[in-house]
Amino acid sequence: MKTHILRRWSFIHTWTSLICTLFLLLLALTGLPLVFHHQIDHLLGNEPAFAQLPANTPHLDLQQLVQAAERHRPDEVVQYFGWDEDAPEGVFAITAATAGTDPNDSHTFMLDARTGQALEMPSANGGFMMVMLRLHVDMYAGLPGKLLLAFMGLLFILAIVSGVVLYAPFMRRLEFGAVRQGKSRRVRWLDLHNLIGIVTLTWALVVGVTGVVSACADLLIAAWRNDSLSALVAPYRDAPPLTERAPATRLLDIAQAAAPGMQADFIAFPGTRFSSEHHYAVFMKGATQLTSHLLTPVLIDARTLQVTAVAERPWYMDVMGMSQPLHFGDYGGVPMQVLWALLDVLTIIVLVSGLYLWWVRRRSHAPAIGRAQV
Amino acid sequence: MSKKPARLWPVFKVPTMVGVLTAAGLFAALLGDGAWDALSWVGLGIPAVLALRGLFARAGAGR
Repeated sequence: MKTHILRRWSFIHTWTSLICTLFLLLLALTGLPLVFHHQIDHLLGNEPAFAQLPANTPHLDLQQLVQAAERHRPDEVVQYFGWDEDAPEGVFAITAATAGTDPNDSHTFMLDARTGQALEMPSANGGFMMVMLRLHVDMYAGLPGKLLLAFMGLLFILAIVSGVVLYAPFMRRLEFGAVRQGKSRRVRWLDLHNLIGIVTLTWALVVGVTGVVSACADLLIAAWRNDSLSALVAPYRDAPPLTERAPATRLLDIAQAAAPGMQADFIAFPGTRFSSEHHYAVFMKGATQLTSHLLTPVLIDARTLQVTAVAERPWYMDVMGMSQPLHFGDYGGVPMQVLWALLDVLTIIVLVSGLYLWWVRRRSHAPAIGRAQV
Repeated sequence: MSKKPARLWPVFKVPTMVGVLTAAGLFAALLGDGAWDALSWVGLGIPAVLALRGLFARAGAGR
C-alpha cells in the first residue's frame, strides 16, 4: 500500500476510534450486566413469583385481565399486554397515564393470567439494571441521546473497517496470532490490539450494526406509522374519537384466525404508538425460532372487533426484529451469554489498548517536533 | 495490482476463516435450540480462545 494512502487510513482509524472510544466504553461496560439481566433479576428477587396452582388451571380472559390491570393501577390505562415463553402463566402489562404516554414514563408489571393477581417487577421500572439500561440506550437524553449513540456506533463501524485495512501492512511480516514478547510493552500491546481486534471483528461488527439499528428504532417505528399504518387506517381519519371500545376478551382468537399458524407476541391498545386511535393491534410472531423475531400486526377495529387489516411487514421492521437477538446475545443459552460477555470484555481491551497505543505514539512524537523546531 | 491478492491472502487467511465461523455461529443459534446453540458456542468460542491465547501467552513464552 502506498504511504500516503496508508497514512489516510491511519488518520481515519485514529480519529473515528478516539471520538467513539469513551461512548463505546460506556456501552461495553453497561452492556456487560445487561447480558445477564435475567440471572441478575432472578438473584435480586425481582422476578415475579407465581402462586403454585395446578398445571391445568384455566386462564382468565383478556378483558378480565384488563380490568385486573386497571384495578392495580387505578388512574392509568393499559398500553400493552405481552407474552413471554419463560412465563407462560403470566401476562406482561404496561400501563400509563394515557395511551400515548412515553415508554419511559409507563409502568411495567406482571399479571398472573390465572388469578389476575398483579406481581410487581421492580427492575422493569427502576433500580440498578434500569440505570444500566438507560445509560446504554439513551444516556437519559431521549431521542437525541439514542441518535448520538447511533452516530458513535457508525464511527465504531468505520474504526473497525479502517482497522482491517491497517491490519495488512502491520501483519505482513508476522505470523497470524504472533504477540512479540521480548521487544517492548508498546509492541506487545500493538500485537494484542491487532490480534484481538481481528478475531473479534465479526462479532463486534454484528453487535455494532445491530446496535445502530436498535438505536434508530424510534425513527423506524415512526416510518412504519407513516408508511404502513397510516394507509391502513386512512378510512378512520375522520372518524370520531373512540368513546367506548369493545371488550378485549376475544382479541387473541380473532387475531389467530386472521393470521393462522402464528402466536401473539404483544397487543398494542388503541392510541399507543404501535396502534391507531381506533384499533387494537395484535402483533403476531412466526412459529419457528427464526420467524419468532418477525412480527405481523393484525389491526382489529376497537369498536366492532372486525379485522381491518393484516398489515404487511416493511423490510426495515424485519431488520429491527432480527437486530434484537443479535445485539442482546440471548438466543443461545447461558454459554452464549458467557461468550457474549467475554467478547464484550475483549472489545474493552481493544478499546483501551488502542487508546494506550495512541497515547504512547503521541508522546514519542512530541520530542521529535520539539527537535525540529530547534 | 495483480500481485496484491497473493500478498493479502496469507495475512487474511486465518482471520477470514475465524470471521466466517463466527458468522455461522451467530446465525446457527437463530435457527433452533440444542445442536444449533452448540454450533454457536463453537463459532463464538473460536475468537474468544484465540484472543485469550494471545493475552496469556506471556507466561509460557517469557521463560
